[in-house]
Amino acid sequence: MSKTTEQVRKSLAKRYRAEKMFKAYGMAAIGFGLLALVLLFTDIIGKGHSAFFETYVQMDVTFDEYTLDIMDVNDDEELNFANYDGLIRDALREKFPGVDGRQEKRELYGLVSTGAGYELRDMLRADRKLLGQTRTLWLLADDDVDVYVKSSSDDRLESRLSENQKTWIQTFEAEDKLELQWNKSLFTHGDSREPELAGIWGAVMGSLFTMIVTLLLSFPIGVAAAIYLEEFAPKNRFTDFIEVNINNLAAVPSIIFGLLGLAVIIGLFGMPRSVPLVGGIVLTLMTLPTIIISSRAAIKAVPPSIRQAAMGLGASNMQVVLHHVLPLALPGMLTGAIIGMAQALGETAPLLMIGMVAFIVDVPGGPLDPSTVLPVQIYLWADSPEQSFVALTSAAIMVLLTFLIAMNTLAVFLRKRLERRW
Amino acid sequence: MQTGNLLLLLVVMIAGAYYMGHRRSFALARPLGGIRHLHSLPFYYAMRTAIWCAIPALVVLGAWLIFDDTLIRVTVMDSLPADSQPVDASSANLLLNQIGNVASGAIAASEVSPAVAAAAEKLNSLRSLNRMALAVVVIVVAMLGAAWGWLKISPQMRARQQVEKVLQTLFMLSATIAILTTVGILMSVMFESVRFFGKVPATDFLFGLQWSPQTALRADQVASEGAFGAIPLFMGTLLISAIALLVAVPVGLMSAIYLAEYAPPKVRSFAKPALEVLAGVPTVVYGFFAALTVAPVIRQLGESIGLDVASESALAAGLVMGVMIIPFVSSLADDVITAVPQALRDASLGLGATRSETIKKVIFPAALPGIMGGILLAASRAIGETMIVVMAAGLAANLTVNPLEAVTTVTVQIVTLLTGDQEFDSAKTLAAFALGLMLFITTLLLNVVALHIVKKYREQYD
Amino acid sequence: MDTAEKFDDKTPRSDTPASQSEGEQAMENSTRYPEQTIGSPYVDNAKMSMRDVDVFYGDKQAIHGVSLDIGKNEVVALIGPSGCGKSTFLRCLNRMNDTIDICQVKGSLHLEDQDLYDPKLDVVELRARVGMVFQKPNPFPKSIYDNVAYGPRIHGLANKKYDLDEIVETSLQKAGLWNEVKDRLHSPGTGLSGGQQQRLCIARTIAVSPEVVLMDEPCSALDPIATAKIEELIAELSESYTIAIVTHSMQQAARVSNRTAYFHLGRLVEMNDTETVFTKPEHDLTEAYITGRFG
Repeated sequence: MSKTTEQVRKSLAKRYRAEKMFKAYGMAAIGFGLLALVLLFTDIIGKGHSAFFETYVQMDVTFDEYTLDIMDVNDDEELNFANYDGLIRDALREKFPGVDGRQEKRELYGLVSTGAGYELRDMLRADRKLLGQTRTLWLLADDDVDVYVKSSSDDRLESRLSENQKTWIQTFEAEDKLELQWNKSLFTHGDSREPELAGIWGAVMGSLFTMIVTLLLSFPIGVAAAIYLEEFAPKNRFTDFIEVNINNLAAVPSIIFGLLGLAVIIGLFGMPRSVPLVGGIVLTLMTLPTIIISSRAAIKAVPPSIRQAAMGLGASNMQVVLHHVLPLALPGMLTGAIIGMAQALGETAPLLMIGMVAFIVDVPGGPLDPSTVLPVQIYLWADSPEQSFVALTSAAIMVLLTFLIAMNTLAVFLRKRLERRW
Repeated sequence: MQTGNLLLLLVVMIAGAYYMGHRRSFALARPLGGIRHLHSLPFYYAMRTAIWCAIPALVVLGAWLIFDDTLIRVTVMDSLPADSQPVDASSANLLLNQIGNVASGAIAASEVSPAVAAAAEKLNSLRSLNRMALAVVVIVVAMLGAAWGWLKISPQMRARQQVEKVLQTLFMLSATIAILTTVGILMSVMFESVRFFGKVPATDFLFGLQWSPQTALRADQVASEGAFGAIPLFMGTLLISAIALLVAVPVGLMSAIYLAEYAPPKVRSFAKPALEVLAGVPTVVYGFFAALTVAPVIRQLGESIGLDVASESALAAGLVMGVMIIPFVSSLADDVITAVPQALRDASLGLGATRSETIKKVIFPAALPGIMGGILLAASRAIGETMIVVMAAGLAANLTVNPLEAVTTVTVQIVTLLTGDQEFDSAKTLAAFALGLMLFITTLLLNVVALHIVKKYREQYD
Repeated sequence: MDTAEKFDDKTPRSDTPASQSEGEQAMENSTRYPEQTIGSPYVDNAKMSMRDVDVFYGDKQAIHGVSLDIGKNEVVALIGPSGCGKSTFLRCLNRMNDTIDICQVKGSLHLEDQDLYDPKLDVVELRARVGMVFQKPNPFPKSIYDNVAYGPRIHGLANKKYDLDEIVETSLQKAGLWNEVKDRLHSPGTGLSGGQQQRLCIARTIAVSPEVVLMDEPCSALDPIATAKIEELIAELSESYTIAIVTHSMQQAARVSNRTAYFHLGRLVEMNDTETVFTKPEHDLTEAYITGRFG
């Protein structure tokens, strides 16, 4: 054994300790990242899962003409403005006869959501023969009741409800006339100040219109720009300048695009605030660099032999591109577009700038109706003081993440299935 | 006619022009003995006719739509009698709104002065006239274009070249949108910033230590002048970004190294996409997580060891932002590490170096420029990040470097200043654009330097 | 110690050179490989001895039962057409193949009495004893001095700056580079010419004082003058080191090596004294190769 070997051997223990430490740092780093991911998801799901169900109470409701204060059941106008809340109050008083005094009555009426009256109205409008009859119905409870029902016995002590209200709820529970039902309003309503009535449907539709505008603008423009830069652009300063611009725009903070939208699209061109059309244009400018960059990569991946073959047959440059390069690069471009769309779908900051933060109850019907989008709805709800909104926010996040995961999965799937390997 | 209907009609006309052009090219080819005696395929003649129909009409339509509103507004305002002319810009806006509301029927004509009512009527009549004229002009232009294109078709015409030229020009215009966007951004922030610096001296803004943009609503109110010293915002931004980078750079870098050099294939195939999920989570979700989960936990932890922690501490926002940037750093680092040629690894391993020695002494120094570029890009990301700080950092502009206190950032202030109900040209709103200018310049510099470094680095090993 | 005999005990298959009849049979049928390697693959004073080495890349077998010895202080040339597995075989000798996940090595490989693929063996130590010079010069993007000092530093071979300086100087002298670079030891190694870079890599390898130096086509990226210098260097180095060199050039093999092994499609066809291989090749494939009919 040589002298060197001996010396090497002596150094080994220390070096392997360093090696192990280094590897451990690496594993710790990965572990930290994965832990953050797990914490994030369990936290959101833990907070949000309860929002998919909400509390209903069962009561006997009499569609009483006098309480409703209507003369003619066939007069739609009268039906619209009838006193449905009175029916619910009657039903509540009947169930708990001993209640007396203004304060106590208000507490009692507070058990049921203000939205329950609208359901009664819809029932009566659908079936006018209900007038004068008594039905056993499930009525939507107020959000404070909902929070109380869903919380553990320890947390119940901290509830905002009065002692009376707690007793009444326990009565419902004891009679088995209280249950959690699927939260319909979450997927059918727009925003509302009442958590139990608030839904994400308005925001989902707003997001949909915004995404449609973004896709229709950004995909053709992005692909056209990519084709120009890869296939036609001369190598000169102008082209270099375009490239620098694209690479730089990809890293410009998104909020800056919001300022651009506010000053130029709304301020200069006079387009309306808060509409998906403007949101879509702003997001287009934001996602274009992503789409251009991925489309160029897809074009680069088409082997030159294909181009040469087509040119050898006398095809023009444009024919080579449109007949051969573009179809072969399209799957890659689509993948890039989907990833860009997913990015745009999760974007919030620039939309705040162009006024898509308004409180909007109506579900938008087109790209020119004032609306909000899912991430902005999350931002708005996250700011709300009511405890129920925390669960609603998390539920909205779960829906948003589901969309994003679906889009990314689709992109991965497309890449695997359609992309050719050369 | 509504613009939508007009567009629809235009599409029909374009299709018609295409059809006519197609027929004419065949008709011309028949006596010659078939389409192979034409210079181009009938498709190109047809396309050329359609293009002649579409482009002039669309250009006219676009130009018209951009300018008609302004023109109508000016005409209406000029038509007002001299005594009802507005005195300044803001009252002009107010008056214009009022006229608009009367015209659309939101305000009854009886509730306003006769001059305004008359103006509203004029507005309505001008608008309908405008719409009519637009429709007529666009349709005439489209028909003339189509006819011209149709008549010019001849067997010798180089239709393919012309169509291809138009397409190529369209492609080029698409590519220049990137430049237009940059110019648009610069113009919008510059223009408003110049107005802001007209109201507040630039030195006060850049070096002032006090930030309280609440301008008074009435002139006689106390504290009628806001303070626009942006140093506390810059410091807050730097503090939160520094915390984020302190988390993201070591974790991202070590993850990338572990995944590239150590991880068994199974771990890699699982951990890599899992980390990428972190990059796909929208920032608003991180903001929610930071504000409602991380901040309270940090506060409780701090209190349990006797530290006073603000409920909107810089630490919470910075920590979560760091988590958000981890995948960004790790994928950039992964790129530069894998770009280091295998030959260098072989050389080091062949001499008997351990893996970590090879990484630390050969790969890392070789990849250093690329990694530095990546860190600069990450810094630019952190500085420009908005939602996390809007939701989890404070609004109070404290000048501090204590991560347990609440600070505010440039982006938070931009959002707060622009989402309030404030007039568009008050110093408060304009301040947001000045902040936007600072943000844009900073990130632009970081990006350009970083991209340059990364590019040079790539070229070194290509 | 007679390692060849020692391995005979372990391996049931006979390792004696091919018998006359087998050799004749192989010559009659030129497309068929000999059952046994022709010639004399084994020596008495073996520094490294390999028996029945199989190498797989995933499902693909790259090396089929190669057995040979590398004697102390001799230069063994491994020749053969492209893709014949000579480089793969060379990379087994200091376990550089470990860096390729799907690569699997079977058979017995020994450095003196140390089993190279013993799970308890330390690759770091092994690679300090068996150094390697690669096809393309691959200096680190560091100074010339740091390149040479890298190995001694990581292995802790020098305690003082003075010792390290000495190692660097002697290594560069042995590699014949000292006079060319002594004035610019701290300029980057990547700034040298191709031939100088390769000699720098050789200096870097011998700075660790390895017992064996493996060279994987060290001159394939160099011009003829630089090649001549490297060949001179190999001749000098063979006095103190055991060298195995993979080469594409038959002239080079003839010039620098004591013994030559001819590989064909993952098999060791023939191994003998260099002179014998080039003047009296026994197998058709060997003859075809050295007379330039393919390769």
